[in-house]
Amino acid sequence: MTRSLRLLCAISFAALVAACGNKPADKPAVDVAPPAEEAVLNVYNWVDYIEPTLIEQFTKETGIKVNYDTFDSNELLQTKLLSGKSGYDVVVPSASFLEKQIQAGVFQKLDKAKLANLGNMDKDILTITAKHDAGNEHALTYFWGTSGIGYNVDKIKAAMPNAPVDSFAMFYDPAVIKNFKKCGVTVLDAPDEVIATVLLYLGRDPMSEKAEDLAAAEKVLMAIRPYVREIKSSGYLDDLANGEICLSMGWSGDVGQAKSKAGKGINIQYNIAKEGAIMFFDMLAIPADAQHPGNAHKFLDFLMNKEVAAKNTNFVRYASPNAAAFDGIDKDITGDANIYPTPEVKAKMSPNLARSQEFTRELNRTWTRFRTGK
Amino acid sequence: MGCLKSRGGQRLSGVLARLRQWRPGRGLVIAVPMGWLLLFFLAPFVIDFKISLAQVQVAIPPYTPMFEWVQDKALAIRLHWHNYAFLFTDSLYIRSYIYSLQVAAVSTLFCLLLGYPMAYGIARAEPATRNLLLMLVVLPFWTSFLLRVYAWMGLLRNNGLINNALLSLGLIDTPIQMMQTDFSVYIGIVYSYLPFMILPLYTNLEKHDNTLLEAAADLGARPVTAFLRVTLPLSLPGILAGSLLVFIPVVGEYVIPSLLGRPDQLMIGRVLSDEFFANRDWPVASAVAILMLVFLLLPIMLFQRAQQRNAAGQT
Repeated sequence: MTRSLRLLCAISFAALVAACGNKPADKPAVDVAPPAEEAVLNVYNWVDYIEPTLIEQFTKETGIKVNYDTFDSNELLQTKLLSGKSGYDVVVPSASFLEKQIQAGVFQKLDKAKLANLGNMDKDILTITAKHDAGNEHALTYFWGTSGIGYNVDKIKAAMPNAPVDSFAMFYDPAVIKNFKKCGVTVLDAPDEVIATVLLYLGRDPMSEKAEDLAAAEKVLMAIRPYVREIKSSGYLDDLANGEICLSMGWSGDVGQAKSKAGKGINIQYNIAKEGAIMFFDMLAIPADAQHPGNAHKFLDFLMNKEVAAKNTNFVRYASPNAAAFDGIDKDITGDANIYPTPEVKAKMSPNLARSQEFTRELNRTWTRFRTGK
Repeated sequence: MGCLKSRGGQRLSGVLARLRQWRPGRGLVIAVPMGWLLLFFLAPFVIDFKISLAQVQVAIPPYTPMFEWVQDKALAIRLHWHNYAFLFTDSLYIRSYIYSLQVAAVSTLFCLLLGYPMAYGIARAEPATRNLLLMLVVLPFWTSFLLRVYAWMGLLRNNGLINNALLSLGLIDTPIQMMQTDFSVYIGIVYSYLPFMILPLYTNLEKHDNTLLEAAADLGARPVTAFLRVTLPLSLPGILAGSLLVFIPVVGEYVIPSLLGRPDQLMIGRVLSDEFFANRDWPVASAVAILMLVFLLLPIMLFQRAQQRNAAGQT
């Protein structure tokens, strides 16, 4: 009995060692010289974030086989990138994360000569993303969106008939949010983004790194903490769709998905707050140690093609940074001011710039106090 | 293995016989678990400890190296102990350590209270039923742990199975808030870890000599007295083993409280992941992990002492 147990241990040990030695799929065993790049591309993108037929179309047009892998949090992607040798050729971090990752030397500069469709990109968006990535040298915007107010129209009306549904007061005014405690409120678990919206609500600079601004934001957050049921960035769209909660601070596209997922008789709406909004940009970038940079550039250029971008936007339902694609996008998307905001609203939006390491620690500490209510 | 088999059974048995006579084989057999520990415990621990003595920087990897060549001449070793000091300046860390220990202790107690009668029942059952019952204990492992926790969410939520059933029966008017409570966390943990309590208890109880109880009864002990003075003391090693198997992993538990719990129930696993992912501070995250290990060594050492004393008492 014990002997066979030992044998079993030895075998499983050997198997583990063998498993550890396995390389990720489709990496060439021997380094191929750059010009003879293998017809393979390893893409790492967010879940549900591409029109499913586009990958097939890309393979048909270029003969490049795509290994498509997905993630659901910037932190996870960042950890893989910072550990080095991720094995991916194209990744999609949000711009606030990308900014730090560029500093850490994670990405290579784009070879703009290989990106013929670059002219399709919206100049306004390029101006804003340049704040994250000077000269837009390392990344292209894939999609962009905002965080705002997602709510169940009927439940909010029942809880508070004259609710200010177009204002962050829905969350940050205790006299308002207390009405929704019973039907359920969630807030994104995105410390920098949420604290920036509190500062917007207070009429302060959302990107401030001043201690007094952070303290003011903390005061607001602690006052409303008893009325917030959960603090989370995933799963809230299902909760909203099935009526488990009635109000959530959410991302534009997620709430849009909740709207289409919602059960019978559940009416979901997304509003950009009148105080402004924090914009996020999901960026296509090529890691410095990518094995197939040539193919990666081809893929980026393919995604910027105006027909491809329009088709993709009609599926993903976030705002596209592709100006040339605008006419090909469904009118119910381009006509929705909460996805494609009017210039006046756009003027009040702010990108979510990366904060310093020291401030990030302070901010996350404040966030922990908010989350625990202590 | 495969090549040995292909050369025929006779050859294999010959090899085995020679192996049995080969005395140094003993050292070899011990080398396997030692190698295992070296590779999967000591090596990660040393790496973790090394990172905990570094400083954050924006680079790949995101911490400063420990060894650095200064002008290609001298080797500089940089140790930053302040990550450990930092854990004591903010009460957050100590409070979450204590809360984690508390959750682990309460869960272990509930597992013991539930698991002991179950293990006892299985050990006393007919051999045929015994296997079936053991099978039932192990069966849940055939489904993914994560799926089982999600199933609890489906049961406990306001719009879930239990509340909907109670509502439609007219027993309650408004849903009972069960998710995001202490109740949901403990039910998740006790449910998930109960088998780890039952199995070691069962292996202990199953070995008990029934004649001891008969002797106790002959000497006039009632069943309760016999249990308290014979069975319970004899099952102490099983209780200890089961408790440790539950207690230690629960201290570091991350998944169950984050899926079923309230955000204010801050366990050390969550603090650790926040340091690592949100603060991008690998050195502090490593320091938290090392300190957690030190905290856990205490019960393990107590257990070792108890076992040694037990072994000494039997001889």
